[in-house]
Amino acid sequence: MGGYIIKRGASLILTLFAASFLVFAVTEFSPSNVARKTLGPFALQSQVDILYEKLGLQDPLAVRYTRWLGVLLGLKADPLQDPALGLQFKDPRGDKYFGNFGYSTLYKAPVNDVIWSRLKATAALAGIAFALIVPLSLLFGVLAGMREGSGLDRTISVFGIIATSVPEFASGVFLVAFFVVTLGWLPGTSPLDSGGGWPIWSQMILPVTVLVLYDAGYVVRMVRGSMAEVMNKAYIRTAVLKGLPMRDVVVRHAVRNAMIAPFTVILLQINFLISGVVVTEMVFAYPGFGRMILDASLFGDIALIEAATLIALTIAILTQLVSDVGYAVLNPQIRLA
Amino acid sequence: MSATIDNAAAAPLTAPVDKAPPSLLRRLPQSRVAMVGLGLIIFWVALATLAPLLPLDPPNKQDLMALADPRPSARHWLGTDFKGRDILSRLIWGARTVLSVAPLAALAAYLVGCPLGLAAGYYGGKVDTIISRISDIILSFPIIILYVILIANIGPSALNIVLAVVLTAAPGIARIVRGLTLEQRHLDYIAAAQLRRESALYIMFIELLPNCRGPLITDFCLRVGYTIITIGILGFLGLGLPPPDPDWGTMVKEGTAMISVRPHMSLFPSIAIVSLILGFNLLADGVRELSLRD
Repeated sequence: MGGYIIKRGASLILTLFAASFLVFAVTEFSPSNVARKTLGPFALQSQVDILYEKLGLQDPLAVRYTRWLGVLLGLKADPLQDPALGLQFKDPRGDKYFGNFGYSTLYKAPVNDVIWSRLKATAALAGIAFALIVPLSLLFGVLAGMREGSGLDRTISVFGIIATSVPEFASGVFLVAFFVVTLGWLPGTSPLDSGGGWPIWSQMILPVTVLVLYDAGYVVRMVRGSMAEVMNKAYIRTAVLKGLPMRDVVVRHAVRNAMIAPFTVILLQINFLISGVVVTEMVFAYPGFGRMILDASLFGDIALIEAATLIALTIAILTQLVSDVGYAVLNPQIRLA
Repeated sequence: MSATIDNAAAAPLTAPVDKAPPSLLRRLPQSRVAMVGLGLIIFWVALATLAPLLPLDPPNKQDLMALADPRPSARHWLGTDFKGRDILSRLIWGARTVLSVAPLAALAAYLVGCPLGLAAGYYGGKVDTIISRISDIILSFPIIILYVILIANIGPSALNIVLAVVLTAAPGIARIVRGLTLEQRHLDYIAAAQLRRESALYIMFIELLPNCRGPLITDFCLRVGYTIITIGILGFLGLGLPPPDPDWGTMVKEGTAMISVRPHMSLFPSIAIVSLILGFNLLADGVRELSLRD
């Protein structure tokens, strides 16, 4: 088991490096853009040329990537923070430390000053959503899969399909039109400050609902499928035929085995959730990580895009590791294979 | 090896595809879910096809008189948007874009993903390792973030959206096709084809692929639905097809700015998007159920 975890962990770290290179390649593919975006649209071409020279942007992509990695790991000083450049990119942490993501040109502050508070706000949003998605989809998935083809099953399944067919921005529009515009019960934006007269908790309700609706629809169908499959197994028939009450058959025999497949799916929902929060945060003007990534991309804030994507990737890859290991613990067959 | 030859001799040397029950298409009416889905899709395809013949305002024509009261009226059935453009007309013309870009993008992703998955599953070994590793890397991204940084860098256009969909969806398709290929690779009809000295390409595309079609048809429908969501999201995030031509996601985005006073501006485009996605998802579900029945 220990060997398996180390093997999976090592391959995921490799994935992380490769993926971060991909992000780097996309954002910094054209070197002249890098200098231009760092200085902004009003800089003179001569200034752009000087920066191009100083940053060594003429070097091949792989060389520039290693340099970026060196800055991130605290092995090299961030070239943009060099006072000689006159960019005024000042970081109280110094220009050489582990986790140096550079300087955000959009927020005019070190990336580390910008990113963590937003990540916290998003973690709150996604955490609450996740805490609701798991029990809700397990409950409805088991109820539906327990008796395949029953009225309850069909109702839940159709609702599941409808829920996955409504993208976050559309359910946002529907919910806002009903609860905010028509009823006036909830706030339509979630700036996370109570200055507008709405307490913070009330600002969380709609964004969380949007996330839960979309993701739970998907997980419910997964749990249902897995449950229905287990209910057709011979040992369930045996349990029923030996006179065990339906309740015990479901709770003691079926659910435990039906949970193996959805377990991975549920953890991979965290990846889905990260995607979902970008849209949801846009709908409700929620001051989070997803909206920051979008703003950074539209503005061309290279350091912030790279940092944010790397963090999102790390979270996604860590959950993948947990789900792989968990799956192996739950299902010994996978380890033998 | 001798066992394989015996089996091959005993069984007819044809792929199971030949004795399959009537095609999925012919059995489709058996599934009510699939028919409802198909109905929704046909509804939009018909509107999109007939758009030039319908008595509609041009989608970009501004009716300044309607700006005073943009709500639905006899003149503008679904009202007008913030620039006085007819929403019904923009929805129908916008359907043309989404109904051509989304299936095309999904198809392109299949054209890339299928050969990769077939090769990974059929050859195994190093080929499999390389293809699977690259797929894993792309699949580990939170997908929307990948779209956002891609489109923000290469610019929003129909072609770039197709490219982004191919890059993000092809690895998933490759993974599914690889799995299906692994299930089939050791079956007799493949051994028979190998014995006949068919080329690897023939075996992969003529023998293997048609036998994987059930799950792939389902996946294709789901993917078209998901691509419609993606195009909608990109539009909503301000990375949609360039204005002024109508794009459903962009319409929702523009409408939400006025949702508190004019909710119809964002509601109708949202309903349009949902109905089309629902169509593809219902069709996928129906097809999946039908293919599980045999």
